[in-house]
Amino acid sequence: MSTFDNPFDPNRRLHTAGCSCGRHATEAEHAAEQASLQLAVTQGEDKRFEGVVASAVMRAMFPQDASRRAFLKSVGAATALAAVSQFFPLQTATEVFAAGGPLEKTDLKVGFIPITCATPIIMAHPMGFYSKYGLNVEVIKTAGWAVIRDKTLNKEYDAAHMLSPMPLAITMGVGSNPIPYTMPAVENINGQAITLAMKHKDRRNPKDWKGFKFAVPFDYSMHNYLLRYYLAEHGIDPDVDVQIRAVPPPEMVANLRADNIDGYLAPDPMNQRAVYDGVGFIHILTKEIWEGHPCCAFAASKEFVTTMPNTYGALLKSIIEATAYAHKPENRKEIAQAIAPANYLNQPAIVLEQILTGTYADGLGNVVKQPNRIDFDPFPWQSFAVWIMTQMKRWGQIKGDVDYKSIAEQVYLATDTARLMKEAGLTPPEKTTRSFSVMGKSFDGSNPEEYLASFKIKKAS
Amino acid sequence: MTKSLRLRAAVVSLLLFGGFIAAWHLATRGSGEVAKMSPEYAALMGATATQGKSAMPGPFDVGAKLWEHIKHPFYDNGPNDKGLGIQLGYSIARVMIGYLLAVAVAIPLGFLIGMSPLMNKALDPFIQVLKPISPLAWMPLALYTIKDSSLSAVFVIFICSVWPMLLNTAFGVASVRKEWINVARTLEVGTVRRAFTVILPAAAPTILTGMRISIGIAWLVIVAAEMLVGGTGIGYFVWNEWNNLSIVNVIIAILMIGLVGMLLDQVLARFTRMVTFPE
Repeated sequence: MSTFDNPFDPNRRLHTAGCSCGRHATEAEHAAEQASLQLAVTQGEDKRFEGVVASAVMRAMFPQDASRRAFLKSVGAATALAAVSQFFPLQTATEVFAAGGPLEKTDLKVGFIPITCATPIIMAHPMGFYSKYGLNVEVIKTAGWAVIRDKTLNKEYDAAHMLSPMPLAITMGVGSNPIPYTMPAVENINGQAITLAMKHKDRRNPKDWKGFKFAVPFDYSMHNYLLRYYLAEHGIDPDVDVQIRAVPPPEMVANLRADNIDGYLAPDPMNQRAVYDGVGFIHILTKEIWEGHPCCAFAASKEFVTTMPNTYGALLKSIIEATAYAHKPENRKEIAQAIAPANYLNQPAIVLEQILTGTYADGLGNVVKQPNRIDFDPFPWQSFAVWIMTQMKRWGQIKGDVDYKSIAEQVYLATDTARLMKEAGLTPPEKTTRSFSVMGKSFDGSNPEEYLASFKIKKAS
Repeated sequence: MTKSLRLRAAVVSLLLFGGFIAAWHLATRGSGEVAKMSPEYAALMGATATQGKSAMPGPFDVGAKLWEHIKHPFYDNGPNDKGLGIQLGYSIARVMIGYLLAVAVAIPLGFLIGMSPLMNKALDPFIQVLKPISPLAWMPLALYTIKDSSLSAVFVIFICSVWPMLLNTAFGVASVRKEWINVARTLEVGTVRRAFTVILPAAAPTILTGMRISIGIAWLVIVAAEMLVGGTGIGYFVWNEWNNLSIVNVIIAILMIGLVGMLLDQVLARFTRMVTFPE
């Protein structure tokens, strides 16, 4: 499921849960069809914007996939397009989205952390996506999540790469002062893994992991929540039975080598790097925990969004376009070459290539092929935000009553289309959530408290 | 005799260095193929996993890389990739700005404290509390209030350089021999003139010792501060290479930090010798 899919194809599912699509026998077949669809939808950038805008509209009109399919099957895509255009000026919305006004500021600074999750933000620089929109963006490597937070709050950066729970935490004032923050785009989906030290290669069952020491990159991260979720589903209480520490990613590999930790759930390139250096193996990819989970995000302060709407629009467009480019499997090798130099990720190109193409050594002697090991899809589903908040509450990071829905709406700007539609005097789409399942348990965001109560292992009372 | 001692010391130094390099080389060389792997799989793995090469780089790896850095010390490939010379230049510039600001504050204030017992007693509690604070503990506060990472780094250098200079100046000024002050008083020399012509020359060696301690601390702190805030500088370089797990470059950076620190210290040692006079 991708924002770049063709919403007028009755066979596509825009609201899927589980696997990236779930209709194919093999992943290869799925990839092939997706590639051809991508080609059809995204020929030329006008088409691509049309795709983004149309996806949002179709999602708004048909929150239920079944009814959209029935509609499309009965009238056909062309008629549907005409019908939708009649009461919603797709052409205008696309133009507004694509054109924008004069830029308030052209020299921008965008901070990033050197991990593959930042791929679209980084590659937009060497591959010219920023300059295409008249922006002179400097992408600046930053020393850690707390520093990136402080530098964006200080306005040294205009926008930044963040972990998708961070804008929520900042807005709610968890771990920092409350400052209204926005997350207009998800950077990557999937793309993390659990890596274990070589000595545990015969202890693959999580039930045997009592007493393990794990590392995650930051407390407010998908890594933390996914690792805790995975352990708890296997009956391990992450607060009692194991130790989970926040450790900067490069130190994870060094600590794994030094035998100080047993494993970690971390962003790449650190998982593949541990394999490359022969100190660990990849236990599972996080896509096996939650297929299509968001990880990192493109975030900006609410102030930047409101005071410089055109600059922000141009920046967001270049990011969305870079994300669309990164989404295509055939571009991944070229991207790996573009982001490997010291100015960007500073990693051996072969390591990045394994991560981005999904053909990788697992550390146990096998060459694995998982084309969507990491994928790129910018749509910030608000149900993602709600899920993240349930986990924040589950592990005691936030307490008391949480206004899940309003915070999600405030922070996860579900496509900027909504704002552009408002400017055109229209009502933005209502539906910005979708259901998904995490380790077989489905979640749709409508009843977070009930979902939270259903877990046996949790900290919150 | 001294000449031959110097010569012998040089020979021993060289022998120690050679021994160290040889031991290092032997400890880190690869042991050949370590495990059976298919060629397809081996192509995806690094030298540590395939050749059994130690994760620590050997002296020749470091030497080769160092030569590369020395050949192009001032290249600039964008905001995150600059030559070693540029990185060191940024660090030295930051240290100098913070340090000179500290000199401008600490020496007059030190004079005041040294010359006036009242101010000495009054300011003492503040100095005692502020002095032992680790410079890096100031970092979050500086970032938060100054809202500029480069200025914050300069501020941290300033705050850590101030105390040794302040205390040494105050001590030097306070312990100028009473006879000299009394002679000046008998000759009816004014306070300002007394400070410049009697006290300053007498206290100069102590003041310069304080300055020498300070520059050492400032150079220690800048590396840590730059690792924390990122951007540019040798500390950032170490952090960036650590992200890449490139121990070769980390070792080179350590070597450079040591050399620059030594140079800074030597410059001030020379100044100290210039102002010291035999009694």
